[in-house]
Amino acid sequence: MPLHSRTPTGPIEKRWENTKFEMKLVNPANKRKYNVLVVGSGLAGGSAAATLAELGYNVKCFCFQDSPRRAHSIAAQGGINAAKNYQNDGDSIYRLFYDTVKGGDFRARESNVYRLAEISVNIIDQAVAQGVPFAREYGGTLANRSFGGAQVSRTFYARGQTGQQLLLGAYQALERQIGAGRVKMYPRTEMLDLIVIDGKARGIVTRNLVTGRIDVHIADAVILATGGYGNVFYLSTNAKGSNVTAGWRAYKRGAYFGNPCFTQIHPTCIPVSGDYQSKLTLMSESLRNDGRIWVPKMPGDTRKPQQIPEAERDYYLERMYPSFGNLVPRDVASRAAKRMCDEGRGVGPTGLGVYLDFGASMERLGRQAITERYGNLFEMYERITGESPYEVPMRIFPAVHYTMGGVWVDYHLMSTVPGLFVLGEANFSDHGANRLGASALMQGLADGYFVIPYTLGNYLASNPIEKISEDHPLVKAAKEEVNNRVKKLLSINGARTVDSYHRELGKIMWDHCGMARNAKDLLEAAAKIRALKAEFWTNVNVLGDAADLNQSLEKAGRVADFLELGELMCIDAADRHESCGGHFREEHQTPEGEAMRDDEHYAYAAAWEYKGEDKPAALHKEELTFEYVKPSQRSYK
Amino acid sequence: MRLTLHIWRQKSPSDKGRMVPYKLDNVSEHMSFLEMLDVLNEQLIGKGQEPIAFDHDCREGICGSCGFVINGVAHGPRRGTTVCQLHMRSFNDNDELFLEPWRAAAFPVLKDLVVDRSSFDRIIGAGGYISLPTGSAPDGNAIPVPKGDSDMAMSAAACIGCGACVAACPNASASLFTAAKISHLGLLPQGQPERHSRALNMVAQADREGFGNCSNIGECEAVCPKGIQLENIARMNRDYLIGAALYREPQSEAGAG
Repeated sequence: MPLHSRTPTGPIEKRWENTKFEMKLVNPANKRKYNVLVVGSGLAGGSAAATLAELGYNVKCFCFQDSPRRAHSIAAQGGINAAKNYQNDGDSIYRLFYDTVKGGDFRARESNVYRLAEISVNIIDQAVAQGVPFAREYGGTLANRSFGGAQVSRTFYARGQTGQQLLLGAYQALERQIGAGRVKMYPRTEMLDLIVIDGKARGIVTRNLVTGRIDVHIADAVILATGGYGNVFYLSTNAKGSNVTAGWRAYKRGAYFGNPCFTQIHPTCIPVSGDYQSKLTLMSESLRNDGRIWVPKMPGDTRKPQQIPEAERDYYLERMYPSFGNLVPRDVASRAAKRMCDEGRGVGPTGLGVYLDFGASMERLGRQAITERYGNLFEMYERITGESPYEVPMRIFPAVHYTMGGVWVDYHLMSTVPGLFVLGEANFSDHGANRLGASALMQGLADGYFVIPYTLGNYLASNPIEKISEDHPLVKAAKEEVNNRVKKLLSINGARTVDSYHRELGKIMWDHCGMARNAKDLLEAAAKIRALKAEFWTNVNVLGDAADLNQSLEKAGRVADFLELGELMCIDAADRHESCGGHFREEHQTPEGEAMRDDEHYAYAAAWEYKGEDKPAALHKEELTFEYVKPSQRSYK
Repeated sequence: MRLTLHIWRQKSPSDKGRMVPYKLDNVSEHMSFLEMLDVLNEQLIGKGQEPIAFDHDCREGICGSCGFVINGVAHGPRRGTTVCQLHMRSFNDNDELFLEPWRAAAFPVLKDLVVDRSSFDRIIGAGGYISLPTGSAPDGNAIPVPKGDSDMAMSAAACIGCGACVAACPNASASLFTAAKISHLGLLPQGQPERHSRALNMVAQADREGFGNCSNIGECEAVCPKGIQLENIARMNRDYLIGAALYREPQSEAGAG
């Protein structure tokens, strides 16, 4: 099937407006006749479910957590971008668009990015009116700060808990609809399959995580807002429950998977301390506003940081990128940290760390000012490491944080399966090969509040949708398959735990499909993962019952899907013979070690089609054209 | 370090449940409390025993999923910390630790350390929001908000809904949780139109869920991982009182035009 991105033409600033006008509407009295499923309750899912219910649709919303308020959007710290230009510092919708296309290393669709920048201003208005307590100036206006990859201050924030506050805004809107009976909420419920009938997404199969009950839900459209798949690396900044299962089930039912190898490695996380490590903790990128990153000039220097004189420190980001300094985009900062550690100049017990030092800022601004800005982050760091950043520089190291890849969607956020829409981090759009800081919250809310309400209506109004009963043979078959898979996992009774497989997969991914990749290692990794998957299905040990709260069983299903996704990520990464954004191929770099794109051959989004068990996935290319922001070597020097 | 753990095991909501002792060696001080339980669980699975169920997700103290009582204190001995961010350096070699789920009628135990906190969602659903259709907002800077009010609202809004306040309260009251939301929204100009009805409806829902009343003991504040303060409860009571005094039956809106 060829890809139709349904990207509008005409002047870029008119594209969304014109598309909205051309879209068909569902009249208010008819909306309640449509059933819509929203899987996931984070910024994208929560805002979509609330908004669609408000419009009058019958909505069911699902989340695996015990409450929709706990979706992982809640952990976003730094902020949300919007082209408000409240600071009068030269920002505009066009500049946010430009920065995002460039920051994504020219691998995103221009029309989508422009729409995102355009909507950004509405999101702030919406959130303020909902009661999101953004930081304010003494005059009562909204405060802003700067963030990586931008030279203007356009980031709105609520202390170090911006994601939490925006999510609570969406969650409260959702609870209002639940309380009013317009959304039926299914917490502790996991989607385990997508039901496709006559080529259209018509429902999902779920498992109740408390009772183990397998149910089907039939609908007129299905919306996935299920977040990213960074946990394929085992160690990441994602929540422990974050998983790819919904998106992966959709892929196996015909939705193409876009740019799976595009992963964001965040530069400022707390380094790994031991084998028992279960996750990595992010330290907000906003710290780079006032913290200076350095390593000793001399390799193997084991002195304490305080004993290393100024002249023997290498503030390498300031040295290599004088115009952006410590505020270079995430991919650039992460790779530079890796290079320092590869040169033997890494710090801390493992040598896998660099310093983030607030000494100079405290001298300049006073300790009080630093406490006001970052107090909660400093406390968190101290709780985890036992060291106070007021006394000794923080140690940080890059960690997997976000996945730009995801289910391929067109301009309407619809996947290649009609009626299946994918929002937020779960889709592949908008961020290209690298996401700029404070843009994830913006995208999740743009998709949920302001895009899907229009595009879903257009789909429902322009497509006849047959009535379907739960007795339909394809519905019964999907339910049966889910039941069988659960039974199979519980019956293997092998020798290894689910976590041990997950850790092994994560290590393969980090070593070969992490910050630096090459074709040979990637293909070897794909083969290793295939072998690991085969072993998993014969030797995993999942205890307990199907009809029970069984956390090992939940994990087993998710790891089984990660094992398949990991292989596709390696294949996608091996197939892209260029470096771009977070995808760094050792064979393709400039003499200074910067990423070298190949626009002639790789200016496309890769969309992979599932062809069946043990058959190679088929690659489809969505060629990207840049009419406004001309691709250039990204320079932050 | 070496630990003796006594952990509440309960197969299902209808099971009676009991404390079961476990020994664990080689606990590193750098582990988080939940990582220590991960290690124990891996060992249990190796022995063919079902692992201990506990809620957790972000493991960075913000999602509010985790939480249980350690030696009688919700979230354990360190102040202002959820169990996922509590590190083993807060404990000593040969410590004996007793782990129990939150205990409250409105939080029924589902399994082991996992409880059902959906009553919190229903309290929010009863009024913990500003009624605002998507797309109808004025410009973000149209209504200035004094920084002090905004900061206080933010402090109240920092609640993560973990339920420690209920677990710590001898009355199993949800007052701190409910008051935090009433304060957050009631301190902002945007929250004024529904301020008093919000207090009435949320408090009524907390009652219906079976939470107890507040008798100003303050255990909730002491265990709150986010430092939510008791003064929020005073604010809730004031809004409730005014709301109750001003309450009028809603009027029908039909007939216009």
